[in-house]
Amino acid sequence: MTTTGPYETEGAADTDTDPYAESRATTEGRVYTVSGGDWDAFAAEAAEMAEGSLVVNMGPQHPSTHGVLRLILQIEGETVTDTRCGVGYLHTGIEKNLEFRTWTQGVTFVTRMDYLSPFYNETAYCMGVERLLGITDEIPERARLIRILMMELNRISSHLVAIATGGMEIGALTVMTIGFRERELVLDLFELITGLRLNHAYIRPGGVANDLPADGIEKIRDFHTLMSRRVFDYIKLCNENPIFKGRLVDVGYLDLAGCMALGITGPILRSTGLPWDLRKTQPYLGYDEFEFDVPTRDTCDAYGRFRIRLDEMIESLRIVKQVADRLEEAGPGPVMVDDPKIAWPAQLSIGSDGQGNSRAHINKIMNESMEALIHHFKLVTEGFSVPAGQVYSAVESPKGELGVSVVSDGGTRPYRVHYRDPSFTNLQAVGAMCEGAQIADVIVAVASIDPVMGGVDR
Amino acid sequence: MSEHETTPEVVPAGTPTIDVVDVRSGMFGAGDGGDTSGFGGLVRTVSVAPAASRPYGGWFDEVADALERAYPQFAEAIEKVVVEFDEITLHIRRQHLREVAQVLRDDAALRFEMCMGVSGVHWPGDADRELHAVYPLLSYTHNRRIKLEVSCPDSDPHIPSLYDVYPTNDWHERETYDFFGIIFDGHPSLTRVLMPDDWSGHPQRKDYTLGGIPVEYKGAEIAPPDERRHYS
Repeated sequence: MTTTGPYETEGAADTDTDPYAESRATTEGRVYTVSGGDWDAFAAEAAEMAEGSLVVNMGPQHPSTHGVLRLILQIEGETVTDTRCGVGYLHTGIEKNLEFRTWTQGVTFVTRMDYLSPFYNETAYCMGVERLLGITDEIPERARLIRILMMELNRISSHLVAIATGGMEIGALTVMTIGFRERELVLDLFELITGLRLNHAYIRPGGVANDLPADGIEKIRDFHTLMSRRVFDYIKLCNENPIFKGRLVDVGYLDLAGCMALGITGPILRSTGLPWDLRKTQPYLGYDEFEFDVPTRDTCDAYGRFRIRLDEMIESLRIVKQVADRLEEAGPGPVMVDDPKIAWPAQLSIGSDGQGNSRAHINKIMNESMEALIHHFKLVTEGFSVPAGQVYSAVESPKGELGVSVVSDGGTRPYRVHYRDPSFTNLQAVGAMCEGAQIADVIVAVASIDPVMGGVDR
Repeated sequence: MSEHETTPEVVPAGTPTIDVVDVRSGMFGAGDGGDTSGFGGLVRTVSVAPAASRPYGGWFDEVADALERAYPQFAEAIEKVVVEFDEITLHIRRQHLREVAQVLRDDAALRFEMCMGVSGVHWPGDADRELHAVYPLLSYTHNRRIKLEVSCPDSDPHIPSLYDVYPTNDWHERETYDFFGIIFDGHPSLTRVLMPDDWSGHPQRKDYTLGGIPVEYKGAEIAPPDERRHYS
């Protein structure tokens, strides 16, 4: 055999040829391969070189970079001297696709953006469309309450993933297993109410797709009781855990000035001590009717953000309880705006085989009301027109300010929808948080940002 | 930047035509003579909100007053002020954008510390103002939101970067460049951020097709979404 295979490399000395190099790869200078060499010799050689720094790719397939985030780190030894993010690996053109579907169909797309907090994507979009339509005040009380309920449950599930994956990445596997255990309970509730565990398309312009099932409130109360107890598991497990604190305290530091310059919102902003939460400062959907606090810390670090997420779960549980009480008190009612030009004459319901149109509504459309049939046909095929204009509607998602710029040209399809996803903006802070720290701290800092690439790349 | 300062304003302030951004005809998007519906002769103008006049209402006037005090070239810089859906939008001539943003951020009575990025909109029918960029601003101090809107022609797609004033716009401007081809002058590294580096074209522009594929459904074929009938 005359060819030089990877297993026949003669020690580390033969680094000037690369058996895997294609014709377009560089042939000049020293070529490093990871095969066949002796890492000790390689490291010793690298240390002798004039430039002592390495550029290392972390991701896009690294398990602790939250999906397909690519971090390009320049390191000297263990110290990170320069950080860049490579994003876009999950770009699916959702905003472009929206422009070719009706306003209602748009919900099906936006729910897929930040897939860990779908109800926020849906609500922000629907609030924007409703403002353009001028029906914000006509959304039924029940639909409004259900939206708040779903969003707060969603905040719990999103923070659970943030805490669970963040724990896993620093080796606290129990935090991961119990985090996903509790998230499963929330997803069960979502499945009960919307028929789907993810990608719900439940909140629609004008209201919500269907009412809570008969045992909905009861199941929510069960969850509330259980979760109110289990949230202390995390407190006991983590809050004073010396290893946990050793990894998180003073890591990923970013102060208020940094947050404002970089446009950072959400738990990262509140970890600097500024109690900025849109639910309090610019209440939407009637959040001001509910009692809850905005947890803040003044440590500006990953530990503070972890504690804020824990505290926010407790506050969300408070809101869930109040909403459940209100829903029970108010009794049944419409969940869609009373406007036949916007609301479909059909309503979805959850059957034994999943989500579908309710029998009563199908009967009405097909057998009883010609007008309903016409409206249904027109609304499903053509959709409703939305007056021309542009609005910016924002909600406080678990990650920060989720803002949606909705532009209409007066037609039946969105002219332009732009999502200001908090993960996208917050990821810009990776450099400020990581440079000068160690590689292990990069993992903690990124976990404390809690980016979801579906939202970043859209 | 200097080439913009010499760019003549195609549409002077106050001209009513600036509200009309597009003119559509027909009804079903069938512009190639296939429209036998009888609606082919319809002509509809698409117009955005007209300029508002004083008083704007609420705190909008306070913001306008404060900006006028802090920025003497206010009248020259502001194309029009739009108040719609409880939001105030300042349409700014692009050569003044950076200065206005700086004043909005730093003046004690304004203090818009946060910029929520930039969103592009492509209006191909809006002659010489085809590309729009919208910047939502937020003030923590006063708990207020305003929007800035800037436009530039397709033939000269340059807008000054706000990176110096709001560093958060780093990625947002890259995104808008990526999707619309607006070149933000002064940005430190204006490269694509979401599309691959070697992509050609700017996908969110209206002249960029969706590129869908027909869907086969029970033996029949359904046109790709961008070729389906739509209601203009």
